This record gives sequence, structure tokens and C-alpha cells, in this order.
Amino acid sequence: MSLDLPLIAAGVIALAVLMYVLLDGFDLGIGILFPFAASDADRDVMMDTVAPIWDGNETWLVLGGGGLFAAFPFAYAALMPALYLPIVVMLLALVLRGCAFEFRHRARARGKRFWTLAFAGGSLTATLAQGLVLGGFIQGVRLEGRAFAGGPFDWATPYSLLVAVGLVAGYALLGAAWLVWRTADELHGQARRWAWITGAASALLLAVVSVATLLVHPRIAARWGLEVRDAAWTVDAGAAPLLAIPLLGLAGLAGVAWSLRKPQRHHAGPFVGAWIVFLSGYAGLAVSFFPNIVPYDLTFRDAASPDNALALVLGGVAILLPFILGYTVWVYWLFRGEVGPDAGYH
Amino acid sequence: MDLDALLLSRLQFAFTIAFHIIFPSFTIGLASFLAVFETIWVVTRREAFKTLYLFWVKIFAISFGMGVVSGVVLSYQLGTNWSVFSAVASPVIGPLFAFEVLTAFFLEASFLGVMLFGWKKVGPGLHLASTILVAGGTLMSAFWIISANSWMQHPTGFIQLPNGELRAVDWLQVIFSPTFPERFAHMVLAAYLTTALVVGAASAWRLLRRGAEPESRIALRMAIGMFAVVAPLQLVVGDLSGREVGRVQPAKLAAIEAFWETRSEQPFHIVAWPDRAIEGNRFELSIPRIGSLLTAGAIDAEVKGLQAFAPEDRPPVFIVFWAFRVMVGLGLAMIVLGIWGAYLIWRTAGPEHSRWYLRAAVVMGPAGFVAVICGWIVAEVGRQPYVIYGVLRTADAVSPVTAGQVSASLLGFMTVYAVIFGVGVLYILRLIAQGPEEIAEAPPQRGRPPGYALGATPDAAETPVDEADR
Ligand code: HDD
Ligand code: HEM
Ligand code: HEM
Repeated sequence: MSLDLPLIAAGVIALAVLMYVLLDGFDLGIGILFPFAASDADRDVMMDTVAPIWDGNETWLVLGGGGLFAAFPFAYAALMPALYLPIVVMLLALVLRGCAFEFRHRARARGKRFWTLAFAGGSLTATLAQGLVLGGFIQGVRLEGRAFAGGPFDWATPYSLLVAVGLVAGYALLGAAWLVWRTADELHGQARRWAWITGAASALLLAVVSVATLLVHPRIAARWGLEVRDAAWTVDAGAAPLLAIPLLGLAGLAGVAWSLRKPQRHHAGPFVGAWIVFLSGYAGLAVSFFPNIVPYDLTFRDAASPDNALALVLGGVAILLPFILGYTVWVYWLFRGEVGPDAGYH
Repeated sequence: MDLDALLLSRLQFAFTIAFHIIFPSFTIGLASFLAVFETIWVVTRREAFKTLYLFWVKIFAISFGMGVVSGVVLSYQLGTNWSVFSAVASPVIGPLFAFEVLTAFFLEASFLGVMLFGWKKVGPGLHLASTILVAGGTLMSAFWIISANSWMQHPTGFIQLPNGELRAVDWLQVIFSPTFPERFAHMVLAAYLTTALVVGAASAWRLLRRGAEPESRIALRMAIGMFAVVAPLQLVVGDLSGREVGRVQPAKLAAIEAFWETRSEQPFHIVAWPDRAIEGNRFELSIPRIGSLLTAGAIDAEVKGLQAFAPEDRPPVFIVFWAFRVMVGLGLAMIVLGIWGAYLIWRTAGPEHSRWYLRAAVVMGPAGFVAVICGWIVAEVGRQPYVIYGVLRTADAVSPVTAGQVSASLLGFMTVYAVIFGVGVLYILRLIAQGPEEIAEAPPQRGRPPGYALGATPDAAETPVDEADR
């Protein structure tokens, strides 16, 4: 029996990107919510809830990029130049906000204001840039052979901007839900209000983005069973099972709302709900462009590294990923519990 | 020369990776230093070592953070600016990068959290284990990245298909390519030296200003031990590396030594002004015949000069020649610092009583960084015009991006890096000015509850010393 290595590798990359979105999403979200905090003391607590773990979260981004380089070099080589500017902006923003973790509490008054701003601005900018990358990706990338052949601003469309705004709302929801779980007292109450607002915004934008995505490329609509024939929409009932994906999203949103209404228990509830919403959005996208890895002209098979390289990488993944997940869970568990002003790490 | 996307991409890559390597060269060594401090503390319970640990771990936190963020940039930059390189090289060295993430980056990032914030959450044993895992992670990271780089310097274990694509045929030859052992040893020793120089300089500076401070005395002696042992070792390993270069990259060796003619009894140029336009040195101060001896081991050995290579296959000479001399010059200065320090420890009341020694140690503080960057310039610029030696030229490796895009990004990197570098160095110097005692004592003084971490300094309002320093 021979394993379908490119398919497994695609699954691993997809997992890495999903882990990145679910994990770094909430610590970026905390940066997005930074300007709305009532006091600097609250901001200290917000940062403390993620200070021990953010670096591990961001490492999934490196695995996503490094994994793509190793397993699908042609996708890496086509996507990175195509999305050059938003990627560079994302990197610069991540540099600033990453440094802010250490710098902000080393700083004195003026410096602290600057790094507060850098953390908030960097988180927001990185999220917007990731949204533009995602939007540019879904729209499709112009290729010649397997190399990028488009212009520097191909990604800049109203659609990708819409995705970017949607991602900001989504990450803010993740951040708010995390704070509901991990803080107490007034900040906790504040976080609940944030979760309501960002939850509503996410629901709305998710709906708008979903519809826009159906319109952005005929292949996506066709995948979801919709086709324009003779200027009229036709529906293909064969795609009905896919409805489970949006239903999952609705269930996630309902979970967020339900657990926010029960203030006493389920502190982790909104966070789990928000994760489910992201899971549904992610699955929806994956279905839309599979088996392309560079929409819409390069499939994951055509972009893959030779089998001997994939086998080596996947062997490593099979052995090492369980350890990574194991100690990641251990570290999260170690820093569990509510973080108050005095549990302050700094 | 036209400021095209290729040249700009090269500038950007050189700038961002030279910026990045500053931090690994320090954190690889410092992580091991911290592991040693903590081990000694756990075993002997001598408070001075705990104080040293708590002090240096804060400087570590700042440097590590900057190393991480500048490293993330690099992992994407291979695609944004060198997409052709990525597509060509990845089937062979892609797995090496993947293994770096899997074996090193996750380990470092996860246990860094425990190291910085877990002091009161885990017992001393587990905490020490976390420090050791982080230190191991940094070495593992160096292993894989140097492995990839060594393969690019001297590719082995692969074949080229008729359509130009590369395929690995022997992974062990890819990972352990012939120049890898020397380069890996040279880089790790470089990191240890760099760290020892910084630790030594900080301690010497405090001893100059504050007089006897037990922690600084201990740290200075440890640093001297490193200079005395590691600096001479580095000379030996560097020499082995040079022999390998002569074997596999004769053009680079010729550039390092500014040899133009192919002959035996090459002279050794102490200083020179090599000029590609005249295919010779405009000026040179040389020792006759020694060049062949130093590079090939025998005075009558024939060593190739640059004229043996077609002009388009020659690396830039001036910068390689001088970067090499700066690196070796600093290496020799480190050896002197080690011997002198060892003499003071054995034969006198101690190095802390020699103000001249302390001043010299302070001045040499940044020497490791300079030597590391010069070393990389020798290795990377000397490999030109190839990016994968003999396989892919740099000019063919660049992405299909426009000069406008790359100038914008280069400007962005220069601005942001200038800010974080300036601020990071300022905060590190401030910590050193406050000193181990004050930094390490800070948490208990404020009576924080459990969960309170190491990564703490007092707030501005509570540190008059700090204010006065401003
Ligand atoms: C992935 C492997 C890799 C590694 C580990 C390094 N490099 Fe490199 N270097 C390259 C891969 C590379 C490259 C992709 O091959 C470049 C880009 C353009 C080029 O000419 O080669 C390069 C070029 C390059 C240049 C410009 C040379 C020129 O354009 O003439 C400098 C100054 C450095 N590097 C410096 C470094 C430093 C300070 C490193 C220490 C971390 C380093 N390199 C590690
Ligand atoms: C092309 C070259 C390089 C790339 C693409 C690269 C990539 C990276 C990335 C992505 C990180 C961040 C990992 C994280 O999130 O924890 C990182 C950090 C690190 N890199 Fe590099 N790197 C390069 C060169 C080097 C070299 C030559 C060395 C050392 C010999 C090195 C040693 C380290 C170390 C020790 C870290 C840990 C963080 C730190 O202390 O700075 N890297 N690198
Ligand atoms: C003392 C005598 C030294 C000699 C003879 C020497 C020799 C060399 C040579 C020949 C290379 C080029 C290797 C290649 O391109 O393949 C090199 C590279 C390098 N050197 Fe040195 N070196 C010395 C000291 C130092 C010191 C003190 C440091 C730093 C503290 C240092 C850091 C480096 C680095 C980082 C590289 C690039 C990585 C590599 O190629 O291994 N060297 N050295």
C-alpha cells in the first residue's frame, strides 16, 4: 500500500494554518481590543493573560510558512510574491507587536504609551494584512506555468478589504471570549460586552463575506451547487451535505450567545463557540478551493515536493507533532486559571 | 549600477539576516550560560547564582523576543524575494527547514514561557529542565539552519533532472554535507564567544563603577574561562573551515586572501586594496611565501588565484578580504583577552583589580557581534555569484517582483528595525546599569503573590535610581 503523501501533507499544512488562526487569533484579538480597555492596569492584565503563550502561538505561522516551503514549494514560490506587500506589512506589524510584549513593561511613561500603541496598532495591522492575504488568495492568483505572473496590487480589491474587516471582527471575538474565560471582576464584565459586540459584528460580516465569496469566482459557486445558466441561478441538490458547514457556524454563534447569557457558569463557553465559528469558516473556504493550493490554476499535487522529501517531512511530523501538541497543552494548563491585576506576570 | 529588484532584494536580505543573526549569536550562548547558572544554583543553592540567573534571564527575554520576530521575517522572505530559489532548493533542503520548526522553534517558544513566567509555578527541577530545553532548542535551530546553509555552500547528495529540478538521493549527504561539521562548530563557538564577551563586558563595567560586587566577579571569571578555552579553539576550527573552503570553493579562498595569480609560494597579504578592475591589488603589505603555507599547509603548494576564474564567476574581493581580516583580527584579540585574564586569575589578586583589564573587557563587549557578521559576509559574499554553489546563480533566484515593492519593504524594515534595535539596546543597557542585585531582588520586595514572574522590574515610579539614570 502506498500513502497519498501530497494529500497528507496538504492536511498537515491546513492543520498548521488552522492552529495558527485559532491560537494567534485570540492574542491578536487582545491587541485589537486594547484601545477600548478602561485603564492601563486592565491592559496589563490583558497582556498578562497571553504573555507566556503568544510565542508558541506565533510559531504555528512559521510552521505554516516553513511547511508550505518544504511540502509545496511551487505554491510557496507563487503565493509569496503575489501577496508581497500585505505579507511584508504583516511581518512588520508582527515585529512591532511581538517586541511590545517585552518592551512595554520595561518602558517608562512615554515609552509605555508608545508600546501600548505599537501593540494595538501592530495587532490590528497584522490582522488586516492577514485578511488581505486571505482575500487575495481566495480571489485567485494569476500564474504562468507555476510562477506568479500578475501585478503588485492584484490583491487590492473591495472583496479582500471586506475579508480583512471580517477577520478583524473575528479575531476580536476570539480575544474577547478568551478574556471572558481568563479574567475576573470588572474586566471580565467588560469582556462580556466586547464579546456581544464583536460576536454580532462577526455574524454579520461572516454572512456578507460568505455571499461575496460565492460571487467572487464562478468555481466557488459551482462547488456550493449554484450555477448561473442563461442568466438564471440553478441549484444543484448534490451539494446539500455541504450545508452542514454553515450550520456548524450558526451553532457556534448560538453557543457564544447562549454562554454569554449565563454569566455564572461556562466561562470557557464563548471561547469554544468562537472556535467553532472559525472552524466552520475555515472548512467553508477549504471546500471552496480544494484541490487548488494556489487558486485556481495550481492543485496541491502539481505544487508538491517529490515524494522522498514529503516522506521525510511527514515522518518527522508523525514523530514530533504529538510531542509539540503535548507540551503545548501542558504549558497552557500550567498557566490556566484567571489572571487578575496581582497575578500580573510583570 | 541599476537599483533593480535583484540588487534591492540582495540588500534587503543581507540587512534583515544580518540583523537577525545578531540575536541568535547572543541567545544561543546566553541560554547555555543560564542553564549553567541555574544548574549551579539548584545543586549548590548559592544565592549569587540565582541572582545571576534572575538578572540575565531578563536580558535574555528582550534579546530572544527580537530574535524571534526578526526570524519570522526571514522564513517568509525566502518566498517573497527569492521565490525561484525556493522552488529550486526546497525539494532538497525544504525538509531541513521543516525540521528546524518542528524540533527547535516550538520547543524554544513553548518552554520560554515557562522559563520567564513559571518561576513560582513549577518547582526548581522543572524550571531548570525548561531552561535546558530552551538552550537545547537554540542549538538544534543552529544545527538545521547551518546544515541548510552548508548544503548551499557545497551541495551534495542530490541529482539534477533534465528539466532542471533537483532531487535528493541521499539525505544523510544532504544534511551532513562535507563542510557542515566545521561550520556548525565554528558558529556555535562564535555564539559562545559573543555571549561571553557581553557577559564579561557587563560585569567588568559594573566592577569599574561599583567596585566589588560578588555576582559580577563570578560572571567575569566565567567569561574569562570561555575566552581562554573557546577563543583558541575557534582559531583551530576557523583554520579547518578555511582548508575546506580552499578545497570546495577555491574562488572564495582566492578572494579571502586577495590572490590573483595561480602559483606556489603565495604571499600573505596583511593589508591590501584589491581591485577587480585592474585584476590585482592597488596596494599591499605582505609577507612573502607564507600565504601558501597558511592556506594549503605547505610553502610550495600551488594555490589558485582569481584570474583562474572567468570574471563573471568571481566573487567581490574587497569586502570578502576585509571582512575576513576583521573577523580574524578580533578573534586574535579575544585570544589575548583570554590569556591575559587567565594570567590575572592565576598570578594576581584577580582580574577585578586590574582596571586596564576591565576597560579592555568593556571595549571588547560588541566584538563578537562584529566578528559574526563579518564571518557571514565572508561565507555568503564569498559564495557569489552563486546562491547554491555551482547550481543556481543569485541573479536567477529572485522573485518576479518590482523594484518599487522591494524599495518600499526595505524602507519599512530599516525603519522598524532601527526603532526596535535602539529601544532594545537601551533597555538592556538600563538593566545592566541597575545591576543583578536590584533586578533580582525586585519581585520579593514588592510582595507579589504566587504566579509572579521573573520577568519583572519595578515600575518607573518606584525606582529612584532608574530615574536618576535618565
Ligand atoms: C538559507 C540559508 C542562508 C543562511 C542560513 C544564511 N544565508 Fe546569507 N544568503 C542566503 C542564504 C542564507 C541567500 C538566499 O543565498 C543569499 C540571498 C542572496 C544571495 O546572494 O544569497 C544570501 C546572501 C547574503 C548576503 C549578501 C551577499 C550578496 O548579495 O552579495 C549577506 C551579507 C548574507 N547573506 C549574510 C548572512 C548572514 C549574516 C547570515 C547569518 C545568519 C546568513 N547570511 C545566513
Ligand atoms: C535563512 C536563514 C534563516 C531563517 C530563514 C531563519 C528563521 C528563523 C525563524 C522563523 C525564527 C523564529 C522562530 C520562532 O518563532 O521561535 C528564528 C529564530 C532563531 N534563529 Fe534563525 N533563521 C535563519 C538563520 C539563522 C542562523 C544562521 C542561525 C544560527 C546559527 C539562527 C538561529 C536562530 C535561533 C537560535 C533562533 C531562536 C530565537 C533567537 O534567539 O533569536 N537562524 N530563525
Ligand atoms: C580566529 C581565527 C578565525 C579564523 C581563521 C576563521 C575562519 C573562518 C573562515 C575561513 C570562514 C569561512 C567559512 C566558509 O565560508 O565556508 C569563517 C566563517 C565564519 N566565522 Fe570565522 N574565523 C575565525 C574567528 C572567528 C570569530 C572570533 C568569530 C565570531 C565570534 C567567527 C565567526 C564566523 C562566522 C559566524 C562565520 C560564518 C559561518 C561559517 O561559515 O562557519 N570567526 N571563519
